[in-house]
Amino acid sequence: MAQGIHVATTINGDAVEYVCQPRETLLEVLRNRLGLTGAKEGCGTGDCGACSVTLDGRLVCSCLVLGAEAEGRSVTTVEGLSTNGNLHPLQKKFIEHAALQCGICTPGFLVSAKALLDRNPDPTEEEIRYALAGNLCRCTGYDKIVRAVDAAAKELRSKA
Amino acid sequence: MNHDQSFTNQEFKIVGTRPPRPDGVDKVTGRARYGADAFAPGQLVGLILRSPHAHAKIKKIDISKAEKLPGVKAVITSADLPDLTKGDRGQLDILENCMARGRALYDGHAVAAVAAVDAETARKALQLIKVDYQVLPHVTDVDEAMKDNAPIVQPHIRTVGVNPAPTKASNVSQRTEFGHGDVEAGFKRADVIVERSYKTEQTHQGYIEPHACLASVGPDGQGELWVTTQGHFTFRNQCASLLGMDVAKLKVTSSEIGGGFGGKTHVWMEPVALALSRKANRPVKVVMTRDEVFRATGPTCSTSIDVKIGATKDGRITAALATLRYQDGAFPSIWGMLGGMTSFACYDLENVKAIAYDVLVNRPKVAAYRAPSAPMAAFAVESTIDQVAAEIGWDPVDFRIKNAAKEGTRASYGPTYGPIGIGPTLLAAKNHPHMKAPLRKNQGRGMACGFWFNFGGQTCTDLNIGVDGTVSLTVGTVDVGGSRASLSLIAAEELGIPYEKVKCTVADTASLGHNDTTEGSRGTFSSGMATIYAARDAIRVLKERAAKTWEIDVADVTWRNGRAMALKAEHGNLNELTLEELAAASPRTGGPIAGHNEVVADGAGVSFATHICDIEVDPETGHTKVIRYTVIQDAGKAIHPDYVEGQFQGAAAQGIGWALNEEYIYGKDGRLQNPGFLDYRIPVCSDLPFIDTQILEIPNPGHPYGVRGVGETSIVPPLAAIANAVSNAAGVRLTHIPMSPPRILKAIKNGNGKSHAGR
Repeated sequence: MAQGIHVATTINGDAVEYVCQPRETLLEVLRNRLGLTGAKEGCGTGDCGACSVTLDGRLVCSCLVLGAEAEGRSVTTVEGLSTNGNLHPLQKKFIEHAALQCGICTPGFLVSAKALLDRNPDPTEEEIRYALAGNLCRCTGYDKIVRAVDAAAKELRSKA
Repeated sequence: MNHDQSFTNQEFKIVGTRPPRPDGVDKVTGRARYGADAFAPGQLVGLILRSPHAHAKIKKIDISKAEKLPGVKAVITSADLPDLTKGDRGQLDILENCMARGRALYDGHAVAAVAAVDAETARKALQLIKVDYQVLPHVTDVDEAMKDNAPIVQPHIRTVGVNPAPTKASNVSQRTEFGHGDVEAGFKRADVIVERSYKTEQTHQGYIEPHACLASVGPDGQGELWVTTQGHFTFRNQCASLLGMDVAKLKVTSSEIGGGFGGKTHVWMEPVALALSRKANRPVKVVMTRDEVFRATGPTCSTSIDVKIGATKDGRITAALATLRYQDGAFPSIWGMLGGMTSFACYDLENVKAIAYDVLVNRPKVAAYRAPSAPMAAFAVESTIDQVAAEIGWDPVDFRIKNAAKEGTRASYGPTYGPIGIGPTLLAAKNHPHMKAPLRKNQGRGMACGFWFNFGGQTCTDLNIGVDGTVSLTVGTVDVGGSRASLSLIAAEELGIPYEKVKCTVADTASLGHNDTTEGSRGTFSSGMATIYAARDAIRVLKERAAKTWEIDVADVTWRNGRAMALKAEHGNLNELTLEELAAASPRTGGPIAGHNEVVADGAGVSFATHICDIEVDPETGHTKVIRYTVIQDAGKAIHPDYVEGQFQGAAAQGIGWALNEEYIYGKDGRLQNPGFLDYRIPVCSDLPFIDTQILEIPNPGHPYGVRGVGETSIVPPLAAIANAVSNAAGVRLTHIPMSPPRILKAIKNGNGKSHAGR
């Protein structure tokens, strides 16, 4: 086995250190070393978006990022969406609008949707659909997901 | 205790509302634990070596080098999974699919497995296993497999259902026939006959969560299995049987399930994980890659179907005939038979015949996929129905209404229907604004109907009342789409308490009696029925406790709005006793208060749907876009309408993917060429419009609330509805699913007849 790489990074606002193998992905580190299993592996090839996290605010598939690449950066996962025990409006609206069935894709959708609303607080339906096109859902037909994101955007705007 | 199962038309206070689901917060915060989210002390990583050949004799497997690699704790082959099936060929087939026995039958067939301290060591160990293959001729196409000179997939197979019984091996595992009347006489009476052949390609359920499990077996013969499954009791029974374990000593816990759609009703690598754990004497976690999911689990059949339908000019079908060929992968099954049974189930036909063939090929074992086998048959039949309607100059909806099955119709597959929803869904479609919306250039509208049987099955439910009066509802049907919310609504309705007072949990196999797998749209139907009876059982106990407290006859006690009340004027001085009060007093009135129910939930009501869709076709590129989509389906009774709509929408989206894009592509070498989400492309958010839904409620007489299963039926119409829409838009008849751009362009170029007439 190759020598491990020491990494110091920030995850969901907390300082975290770990040692990982050179070929280990950020997704594997999050799930297997840090116990953050909210990000899911649906494909391992960057096609399904279930492992979506943000890296310094940029949306990435954590299965396509090496664990070593997180050095000195800031990672946000689904576990970091709610603050002070309060659900993020996206999380609330997903529940209210029944925007999940099995829920395996939900963490990825929430992270992607938050990345969208962070840069575009008032997206059209088409903008929502294209922003979420990298996240696969096999249960819902996306209908209630798009409605939930739209409702969350409205709520966030009303608070802003 | 026997319970009256019949529909009672009661008024609901809570059922039919849309409260938040109990597992919602866990699922939006990442806390919910799925198959791959469990960890055990000392766990190993299990990986499986798979055949790169479509068909090969395994001459020798040398595992010695792999076993010697530091960090490797177990290597197994079929020798570690001895045949304990005592001549049960079906069980042996399941075992052989889990691990090849002397022959690899498809690209992706498991041949060996390792357990090692980490993934990297396990991967290296796989490379050190040397398999000596002798490649054999293979066949992957259903029509090719039926030819006389085709390579034989399973030499022991003799076609069942033909007379005289054959003595020679065949890839046709069975022939079945359904119908009634005299189709030849019916065709003679027809003014118009349309006869056409269709093909559909193989698709995968495409659940986003790959198969995953954590297995632990000790030298004392006791074991535990954490697994993503639609049926943990079935998995327990099958794994215990295949591995020679006692059922009671294997505890199986179903994780949250990340989609199944039928693909998680069968064991795949779970017996292998248990065998690895048994050999290593440590917990072993096996998580499939997406490549493995595509190559070695669950796809549905590819098919080849001929349909012939005759009608008179006054709009009456005189005869209908279908010949259906379904490939089941490398192991015999009943998928062709189900295609035959469902093909004409929507119609009231005097003369009807369906002949179905189940065919073996060198592809993975086919698994159930949402209303399995019905979508392909419906594609062929509903496409032909449209062409017949056009030939006689009838509107396609009116033509279907005229011929639709109704209460009292003898179904083509045998039974006589009770009250059913096909007519009402068609009428709703006829009156839907979607039907009248204008279409633009290159756009076409299509509609089609679909049928599914639905299933009930063995069900066992507990309802325990806590000392504070809150209710633990314990069910054994895996929640695949929100059933914990529906079942909590039902318990709250029966007990007369708020929804928030009920918490529904899916129990492990050690905590509840056997429950059949969540399949056949049975989750809410059957566990709903058992929940009603368990709640009524608890109410019986509550009334006894109230009677005891009041020192009156229990016959004088009634239960209403969550409280016990004394009937009769002579008890007028007695205050009502709430559930909370009775629960708090329970330690002194006889102990815990609970209700239980074990039932075989018969009486599942058949379900019908009608879909309408508008498609735009780019005649230059063959690209399609779904412009508008409407689902109308009979739910019997929608317990939680959000999740009923969700089932309709999700099923329609899967059907849309199947119709337009999804397809297993095999090379000449018999290898799957697109085992990933990049090349096997399921619909994404930007591919689809909002999917409108209309829930009809034609009560199922076989359920106290009138519930019918809702999960599957709406995957049945889309293939045909979209084919009819594309054909109308492109002006040519499309007969091959998926209607990918190259196929549409080819059809336009070849001018596959005029869109409707198309003979």
